[in-house]
Amino acid sequence: MTIDRLLEGLKAWDPRAIGRAISLVENGDESAQELLSALDEDLIARATILGITGPPGAGKSTLTNGIISQLRGSHKRIGIIAIDPSSPISGGAILGDRIRMMQHATDKDVVMRSMATRGRLGGLCATAGAAVRIMASCGCSPIIIETVGVGQSEMDIIRLADITLLVLAPGLGDDIQAMKAGLLEVADILVVNKADCKGADILAMDLEAVTRKGSGTPTQVSMTVATESKGIAELLERIDKVDKEHRDSGERQKRRRGAHDQEVLDWCLEMLRPKLLAEITRRNLPLPGDPRLKAKKILEEQ
Amino acid sequence: MAKHPKLAEWEENELAKSLSRFPERKEKFTNHGGEEIPRLATPEDIDSDYLDKLAFPGQYPFTRGVQPTMYRGRLWTMRQYAGFSTAAESNKRYRYLLEQGTTGLSVAFDLPTQIGYDSDDPMSVGEVGKVGVAIDSLADMETLFDRIPLDKVSTSMTINSPAAILLAMYVAVGEKQGVAPKDIKGTIQNDVLKEYVARGTYIFPPKPSLRLITNIFQWCSQMTPAFNTISISGYHIREAGSTAVQEVAFTLANGCTYVQTALDAGLELDVFARRLAFFFNASSDLLEEVAKFRAARRLWARLMKERFNARNPASLMLRFHTQTAGNTLTAQQIDNNIVRVTIQALAAVLGSTQSLHTNSKDEAHSLPTEDSVRTALRTQQILAHESGVAETIDPLAGSYYIEALTDKIEREALALIDKIEESGGVVKCIEEGFIQRQIENAAYQYQQEIERGERIIVGVNKFQIQEEKKPPLLRVDPEVEKTQVAKLTETKKNRDNGQVARSLASLESAAQGSENLMPCIYDCVKEYATLGEICNVLRKVFGEYKDRG
Amino acid sequence: MTDKTKKNRVLVGKPGLDGHDRGAKFIAHALRDAGFEVVYTGIRRSPEEIAAAAIQEDVDAVGLSSLSGAHMRLFPAVVEALAKAGAPEIPVLGGGVIPDEDIVALKAAGIVEIFTPGTPVDKIINAFKDACEKKSGG
Repeated sequence: MTIDRLLEGLKAWDPRAIGRAISLVENGDESAQELLSALDEDLIARATILGITGPPGAGKSTLTNGIISQLRGSHKRIGIIAIDPSSPISGGAILGDRIRMMQHATDKDVVMRSMATRGRLGGLCATAGAAVRIMASCGCSPIIIETVGVGQSEMDIIRLADITLLVLAPGLGDDIQAMKAGLLEVADILVVNKADCKGADILAMDLEAVTRKGSGTPTQVSMTVATESKGIAELLERIDKVDKEHRDSGERQKRRRGAHDQEVLDWCLEMLRPKLLAEITRRNLPLPGDPRLKAKKILEEQ
Repeated sequence: MAKHPKLAEWEENELAKSLSRFPERKEKFTNHGGEEIPRLATPEDIDSDYLDKLAFPGQYPFTRGVQPTMYRGRLWTMRQYAGFSTAAESNKRYRYLLEQGTTGLSVAFDLPTQIGYDSDDPMSVGEVGKVGVAIDSLADMETLFDRIPLDKVSTSMTINSPAAILLAMYVAVGEKQGVAPKDIKGTIQNDVLKEYVARGTYIFPPKPSLRLITNIFQWCSQMTPAFNTISISGYHIREAGSTAVQEVAFTLANGCTYVQTALDAGLELDVFARRLAFFFNASSDLLEEVAKFRAARRLWARLMKERFNARNPASLMLRFHTQTAGNTLTAQQIDNNIVRVTIQALAAVLGSTQSLHTNSKDEAHSLPTEDSVRTALRTQQILAHESGVAETIDPLAGSYYIEALTDKIEREALALIDKIEESGGVVKCIEEGFIQRQIENAAYQYQQEIERGERIIVGVNKFQIQEEKKPPLLRVDPEVEKTQVAKLTETKKNRDNGQVARSLASLESAAQGSENLMPCIYDCVKEYATLGEICNVLRKVFGEYKDRG
Repeated sequence: MTDKTKKNRVLVGKPGLDGHDRGAKFIAHALRDAGFEVVYTGIRRSPEEIAAAAIQEDVDAVGLSSLSGAHMRLFPAVVEALAKAGAPEIPVLGGGVIPDEDIVALKAAGIVEIFTPGTPVDKIINAFKDACEKKSGG
């Protein structure tokens, strides 16, 4: 497909065009630049980006599926990006999040993309950011980014989101203190899924206690049973509330500014990386000597 | 484990001499599961307290068999799984098998029937009558058992999620023949837990499925006390790639879950437990399989006694049907499969199975032809009448290797069962994917060994030939779907649709409550409500299970 | 731009009612170990769902598995569904319990390769590699 055809396809909400467009960016294709420059900035500015993260087994995908079902009731167009880790050895990946959302596969207004981390660090964030922009410019809102909250790259992804949900479940063997104190700070909404299981209430109380320490007011915890679609309507209400608060207080703008600057930085690094690597290789520097000094020298000479 | 006092001497002398002349074939001999197989076993390898570990046949812990006379009293039931296309065609095959000497029927249903869809449902397209017989209503069931007296044959039905419905139909057919429900003999597989991890024909989520299962236990204990209400299955778990230890562990863990669920529902252990039956795989590692069956019997007896306080000896007996391993059949050089099946059948018989199905040689290609099925049956008959192994009981007992291996499998299976218990029980482990992952990893490892040539499959990765002969295969006539749909339409026209609607409405309100659903299902079935109509009512109330991947 | 980091993306799933997913799961893992990104969609999928997912994920090939004898109906249906949804160029490969005589008909219906039981996994992976390459080139 030519870029023009692709752009037409995006306007027409053609899933083929969306899929191809995201691939172009993922594969580092030169023509992606032209595409990305022609997206609808207005729609991108207005879309809501939801980040959903949490440890494996918490039921994130099932929850996402429940959220989609609920939102489709209000006829929204929804985009989903599900991120799974690539094997560091083979470079391949099993992208299995889609299984839980297959009931929406033939729904024209739900578009999902499974992405692998491909061993990139900042690069993943940049590529996911581009995928978000593509989906947003087709009228998707919200766009849900789903990741497993274990690595730094996943943390970076969450910075792309306007609102972040941290999904936990009782009995996963995670000690909250040990676990991702970073994530607890980043999350806007805490969700205890599998709320019908033993330990759910205690987990919720622990979470409220931990978050109260930081800011004085505890982050409220939403209880859900995603497999039975319980608590999802209430969760969506809470998301709307937080969204409104952020828009009114300027927090949303602040985060968008932060995300934007971070994304530009990530692209800088993505683009510089191969050039710098080539330069380092070319110089075949002698092994002894301080690496930091060598780096400074190279940068000064760029 | 202590070593034989003279073992070291032997190792340093005769063995060392032999090894220096030529080494063993492999550096390490491992089983599926990656464990090392010992060079040999000696008396020191067994912890021998005869009465405690083995006892006599028919005596706790039943290691040597559940009946005192075993095959000297009655040979195992030769029960060949069959069924395809229409009820009329399957009926012909059943009457053929009965003439040829099978002593029990085993019904295979097509996938739409197993998953609760009528033959005219869009989900059923292309699948009607393919892997088994299509049953849409009581009318089909009547055709299936035409001229087959239900008081003379025992029928095993491989049906799980909609088992309640097929059971009701079977009893209804019996009644029409004049056979009282209390004289109906047979088994329904009815083991939904393994569907979620290994077989995939689930409909409803676990909780309501368990409710249906306990409803069946209760109803049968009063109405059909000679009928086996569940066949707790390890066969499919093994087919999905598990190891022998996992097969035992997951099967018995599922068994414990059913027992606990029934107890929680207020049923009396010693009333329903005697009608629990099991279904295992007979794979190719002859010695491991024999040990596995013996270990399973002993472990179940112990679990029932120690965890559930079963009193009645009948509650402690693990009775099982065996099927030879489908996943060992090769598409290449299919005659070799006859040899494989023979070894596997031998394992089942040496392991004291109650009934046996032997696969046919052409089943890696499609459903078996009449000729292939006959050979599979003859395999069992030759074992029974010519090999001598049925003339004495548990002949491998006392073999150092077999007893050591039996102990090992029991130990490891129990450890895995305990782990599941600690992780919150079977249903939780299914929801978390723990059991699925264990099976997947074992399957992956096994397959990789084959791909790397570390594990030899004759005719596939070694000893291949240029295949010329194309075996004659069974083809299911695509017209079957049309015929079946036409019959379904006829049935719907000829029944009292008012009564159907009323009985379905009663079922719906009963399902929303907590009463036993069997009487309502029985009523629906007698009015010729279709399988799909009944299942759709239940889907509405219970919801559908979604695979987590 | 950045380094070209193209990966072969494949969708693996089971159309129809057959629930035996051991083979499909094995192939998914083997493809992953060979460097593919595998979107695994599980069992009990309709041809339309598989096609829709394949397009959204912009995969380079689709792998199907069937052991229930319904392949003659289901595999061509996936090829059709892909064409109908605007992606006839995505190659479809299939595996399972499939008699030899059906292979000819399936290939005529547009399935690129059929793998029967016992096919070495290397052969299967290479077939996927070829199919993905052809599609990218084409």
